[in-house]
Amino acid sequence: MKIAVTSTGKTLDSQIDPRFGRAAFFIIIDTETMDYSVIENESVVAGSGAGVSSAKTVIDAGAKAVLTGNFGPNAHRTLQAATIQLYSQLSGKVSDAVELFKNGKLNTSDEPNVNSHFGMDS
Amino acid sequence: MSQSYVIAIASGKGGTGKTTIAVNLAAYCARSNSKVQYLDCDVEEPNGHIFLKPKINIKKDVTVQIPQVDSEKCIGCGKCGKICRFSAIVHIKDNKVLTFEQLCHSCGGCIRVCPTDAIRPKKLKIGDIEIGQSDNLDFVQGKLNIGNIRTPSLIKEVKTQIKKDYLSIIDVPPGTSCSVVEAVKGTDFVILVTEPTPFGLNDLKLAVGLVKKMKLPFAVAINRDGIGNDQVEKYCRTENIDIALKLPDDRAIARAYSTGQLILDQHEKSFSNLFKFVKNIRSKRYAKR
Ligand code: SF4
Ligand code: SF4
Repeated sequence: MKIAVTSTGKTLDSQIDPRFGRAAFFIIIDTETMDYSVIENESVVAGSGAGVSSAKTVIDAGAKAVLTGNFGPNAHRTLQAATIQLYSQLSGKVSDAVELFKNGKLNTSDEPNVNSHFGMDS
Repeated sequence: MSQSYVIAIASGKGGTGKTTIAVNLAAYCARSNSKVQYLDCDVEEPNGHIFLKPKINIKKDVTVQIPQVDSEKCIGCGKCGKICRFSAIVHIKDNKVLTFEQLCHSCGGCIRVCPTDAIRPKKLKIGDIEIGQSDNLDFVQGKLNIGNIRTPSLIKEVKTQIKKDYLSIIDVPPGTSCSVVEAVKGTDFVILVTEPTPFGLNDLKLAVGLVKKMKLPFAVAINRDGIGNDQVEKYCRTENIDIALKLPDDRAIARAYSTGQLILDQHEKSFSNLFKFVKNIRSKRYAKR
């Protein structure tokens, strides 16, 4: 199964980026083989709609689950429409979160946990 | 003075006394029997009405158009999502397309590119315009629905109410955002309200930068003159900016503000000078034509 983790860097040792819509990178990981690819998030600089376009990015990458810190409502709605499982409030190393996920230790989040525009400076 | 003339009262940040100056100037002009109109474009928080206490005669809905997708007709090509610069419409998979009305700017792009006419425009109410009268002052205000972000669209609607042959005074939203640009655009003159403090000067410089970029003539009004320092005045002098008004720091003004009173009677002289200033720039403008 392919999953997407928001990351501040380009490796599995990087820290999870707490912001979904404005995450620096998405790491797309195949949980069986642990092969991964890195997508730079172009929505980091988007004026608005970053949550939606980030969601579209991970949907197109074929991820079936997303692991991150916080989702806003727009990202949440988009990912749910694509029946992607959402796991929020994660922090620490990307690889650790993936391990927890693989061992079934994470609970899905049914609600967006931040308002729109979280992670914007103004 | 028969031609129309539009003055925008703006400030780099909130709480500088912009509305105080706008409503009192409007009331002063009306008292002097000028044909004058006050338009509150601070649509997220219009409060000019508190002071002018108008009688509202007309109320109109302001709507914008947003896309509505007919999934029966959608073939899942994804073109709508690709063209939208605001991520307000997104193709998920198959014939599943989501729209986000709060992100939509009503550009119509998605409707144009859809190959199967699956997207139709739908009306969305974003707020109201209220038109009324306060003594012989014409009053107009825009009120954005709470939580809505289509501020510029509503401001544009308010400005369609600008009357010919009137002196129109626009109360601009605070700041230097795109809403400010919308409110100030096309006006004849801008008065930038500031306080004589380091923060005031900082915000004033941002506002000056904006109006200069828009190539609009402007002057400065100093509110609460006497607090802070003389840096704002020095700045205006070196930059060759007129000071249209200096309203003294007066506790009575703050009190009048909090109780919704005008301050014309207490500060008659200040507003008569400001009125003269406005008359003067207005006649100069028409002399040039
Ligand atoms: S009308 Fe324009 S802004 Fe609105 S969803 Fe369509 S393309 Fe996006
Ligand atoms: S452009 Fe039209 S057909 Fe294509 S995905 Fe959007 S709604 Fe469907």
